[in-house]
Amino acid sequence: MKNWFMVTLVGQDKPGIVAAVTRALYEGGCNLGEASMVRLGGMFTIMMMVEYGGDEAGMVALTAPVESTGLRIHIDAVQGTLHRHIEPNIRVTVYGADQAGIVCETTEALARLELNIINLETDVGGTDEQPIYILHIEGVTDTTREDIETALAELARRKHIETRVTSINTLIG
Amino acid sequence: MARLEILTFPDERLKQVSQPVETFDDRLRQFLRDLEETMDGGPPSVGIAAPQVGRFERILLVDVSIKPKIKNHGRLFLINPRIVAEQGQEVAREGCLSVPDFTGNVSRAETIELEAQDPYGSPLSFTMTGFEARAVQHEMDHLDGLLFLDRLVSRRDLFRRKKYK
Repeated sequence: MKNWFMVTLVGQDKPGIVAAVTRALYEGGCNLGEASMVRLGGMFTIMMMVEYGGDEAGMVALTAPVESTGLRIHIDAVQGTLHRHIEPNIRVTVYGADQAGIVCETTEALARLELNIINLETDVGGTDEQPIYILHIEGVTDTTREDIETALAELARRKHIETRVTSINTLIG
Repeated sequence: MARLEILTFPDERLKQVSQPVETFDDRLRQFLRDLEETMDGGPPSVGIAAPQVGRFERILLVDVSIKPKIKNHGRLFLINPRIVAEQGQEVAREGCLSVPDFTGNVSRAETIELEAQDPYGSPLSFTMTGFEARAVQHEMDHLDGLLFLDRLVSRRDLFRRKKYK
């Protein structure tokens, strides 16, 4: 029986990280599932579903040679399942002068509306002197776009930030 | 009437180019009824192309009227469709009956001028915008062996450029 593991990796960004990690997994008999790989602040990060016939100790042994190159790898046994995508139906963008609490207060407001976050990314743009914070969320909710806008409008006034809510209308053809 | 089997990728047949319709007869119109039954009886969708059911002729059925607040021309059987002009580009999310369990963002023309023939061979022409124009372009791609995966610009909507008008 094959088991699913969540492999988390962090390392100083350089060419070849993905190739080295996936080669080690491929040669070890693993199969990859869904993955998110992104450069954050000069570090390269991976979160990846991996299917493997052995146990957690076996996975650790497989990835040990990669870890010795300076990458930090963490492995968790998980109850993984493929083909269970949830389609987001709402998009929320929040941006403004960088300040503490934007993510916390925005996501609390959305949680009160029972919006389930599917994807979330944040970034800091602007300059060192005038940084701007950008938060982008895709989620699923039964709440109307108008009700989400109303909930975020209060937050926008209080923190002097901009909020935008748009529906995602997926075309199936 | 018959509900037809919908081909799903990686079926290689989805990657082939379809041929123009030359004969507008009762057999064609019977196929159109079958295509309609297949679309109506399957997962909710706004269009279907003949090659998705294994008939490699340039035939589409498009109907975006099931979506609320969308400009549309109703249910359209489009034979030998051609886009003769297009304007603007817009990125939005698409999925496909032939690619289950995956959606992604695709860039399409915002407005199209479309010419086609009806089930009796008479000429049709439309100006379409937005969602309906997207649906037609998505279905027309099937006629050339293209899936929305061939035009994927991103998996997610994150950090899209806001469009100012």
